[in-house]
Amino acid sequence: MEDFKRLEEIAKTIRRNILTMLNKAGSGHSGGSLSITDILVALYFGGIMKYDAKRPNWEDRDRLVLSKGHACPALYATLAEVGFFDKELLWTLRQLGSPLQGHPDSKKLPGIEASTGSLGNGISQAVGMALAARVLKKKYNVFCIVGDGEMQEGLVYEALMAAGHYKLSNLIVIVDNNGLQIDGQCKDVMNIYPLKEKFEAFNFRTYEMSGHIYKNIMDTLTTAKRNVVSPTAVIARTVKGMGVSFMENRVEYHGVAPSDEELEKALKELE
Amino acid sequence: MEKKATREAYGKALIEIGKDEKVVVLDADLSGSTKSSEFKKVYPDRFFNMGIAESNMVDVAAGMALSGLKPYASSFAVFISGRAFEPVRQSICYQNLNVVLCGSHSGISVGEDGGSHQAIADISLMRSLPNMKVFVPADYNEAYNIVLATVKMEGPVYIRTSRAKSPIITEDKNFESGKAAVLKSGNDVSLIACGMMSYIALEAALLLKQDGIDVEVINSPSIKPLDEETVYKSAKKTKRVFTIEEHSVIGGLGSAVSEFLSENLPVYVHKIGIEDTFGESGTKDDLFCKFGFTKEAVAKRIKDRLNG
Ligand SMILES: Cc1ncc(C[n+]2csc(CCOP(=O)(O)OP(=O)(O)O)c2C)c(N)n1
Ligand SMILES: [Mg+2]
Repeated sequence: MEDFKRLEEIAKTIRRNILTMLNKAGSGHSGGSLSITDILVALYFGGIMKYDAKRPNWEDRDRLVLSKGHACPALYATLAEVGFFDKELLWTLRQLGSPLQGHPDSKKLPGIEASTGSLGNGISQAVGMALAARVLKKKYNVFCIVGDGEMQEGLVYEALMAAGHYKLSNLIVIVDNNGLQIDGQCKDVMNIYPLKEKFEAFNFRTYEMSGHIYKNIMDTLTTAKRNVVSPTAVIARTVKGMGVSFMENRVEYHGVAPSDEELEKALKELE
Repeated sequence: MEKKATREAYGKALIEIGKDEKVVVLDADLSGSTKSSEFKKVYPDRFFNMGIAESNMVDVAAGMALSGLKPYASSFAVFISGRAFEPVRQSICYQNLNVVLCGSHSGISVGEDGGSHQAIADISLMRSLPNMKVFVPADYNEAYNIVLATVKMEGPVYIRTSRAKSPIITEDKNFESGKAAVLKSGNDVSLIACGMMSYIALEAALLLKQDGIDVEVINSPSIKPLDEETVYKSAKKTKRVFTIEEHSVIGGLGSAVSEFLSENLPVYVHKIGIEDTFGESGTKDDLFCKFGFTKEAVAKRIKDRLNG
């Protein structure tokens, strides 16, 4: 119980940093960053992922691939919080010369495992990493966060097919099922449901969880890591814009940064 | 003259470089055609068939490279440069990864399968991407040595191989990126070629010799980086440059040579290739006749241009 409280407090800090960096940048993706914050906090602060911020290239580390790369502010804020790089860098987001590019760049920032941004490519690269562990005789896990709108990309299903075929039990795909994309609700733009059955059809063991209740996230991801026979999918029920009342479930906040006024209001809510 | 296909060299060379345990090979249900199946026979644990899913294959190769492996991924040139272009751009080139892509069945020499399967723009597509190197071997020996050389090379590489057998015209020697070779020196005209066209260029040069035209034939397997020094020297001497390739005249070797010369030594350049059109079904030889890839047609074209 204590520990979940700790994670919630960390998530508040990270949400504040996300909104502040987006505000300073003047552009970027608010909604989808806030919807994955709790999942990232569980992965990096809850003991789910094995990593060493001082050795970003440690061969045995678990990997996280943010396939929905546009939500990188959440990843940047998390990586900074665990010490992959100086927190001051957060305020350079999207500026010329900053390693914090508009979408994650593995060549520029420690802790970024794969360059993503073009939806669909991240999950396939994650499959490659999981398969590489087999050749290298390593035990690491690969976590991959995909958007629910991203599930419309055909490439995703090529990746799932390969993961199922090669029985990549070290691969854990987490779907940020916030129900929204850019042009509206996923079910209206291009229906992606049912999701669970899709994953199961590709021979994934599939779980559903809340993406914001720490006990639920921790229990599910801990169970997911134990799977040794097949890849695992975790469909996380999330709220786009989570934590900021006026952004929650609002498609308008997909790709806009908070104004000064909005930032002030949001930071108050996250005190 | 001994004839062998460059794709056969790809398979044979993979076995050789497979001694390095970091080498993994991927294919998309065409391993028998690209010859990556040769590797599978010797190193089944490091061969991965990714099914008919070229985009995913390229991204998986990227993920493997990010994990410290040295992936070689192959399919038909038309698919690996076309269907998988986006992952090649976003994952392989953008991250400057150590991945070698091989497109077999390039150009119209594919033959009977027809235009849907004949890559005519793959050099152009691959060449336009930052970090990508593009190699087009003239024959079996060159293809073999290119593959060996790529093991130690940093960054992405595209190797273009062919289905058809062709004469062996180069020596079995180490390949160097960015190096072209003068196959026959001459003073009147430079003829820069790659792939199977290098042999045809040599043959055409012999015909032109009879007409008193002294052609310098250059084999340029490294389209990117281009051997600018060799091109410059030859162009400076002859002041008339022809290029020939089994590829569209838009964006391939001819374009690379033109881009370089127009900025550094503006001379007459004429590109011989596929004239902004698709291929079609037929035997390789019939297609080569139709598209002007015979020694007679090439010699005539050069003569006409020199006279006109
Ligand atoms: C291949 C590709 N097409 C289009 C886009 C533009 N784009 C960026 S985010 C987005 C919507 C993503 O929706 P979803 O996956 O549900 O993400 P989230 O709701 O978590 O923000 C789109 C279409 C892109 N980045 N990549
Ligand atoms: Mg969404």
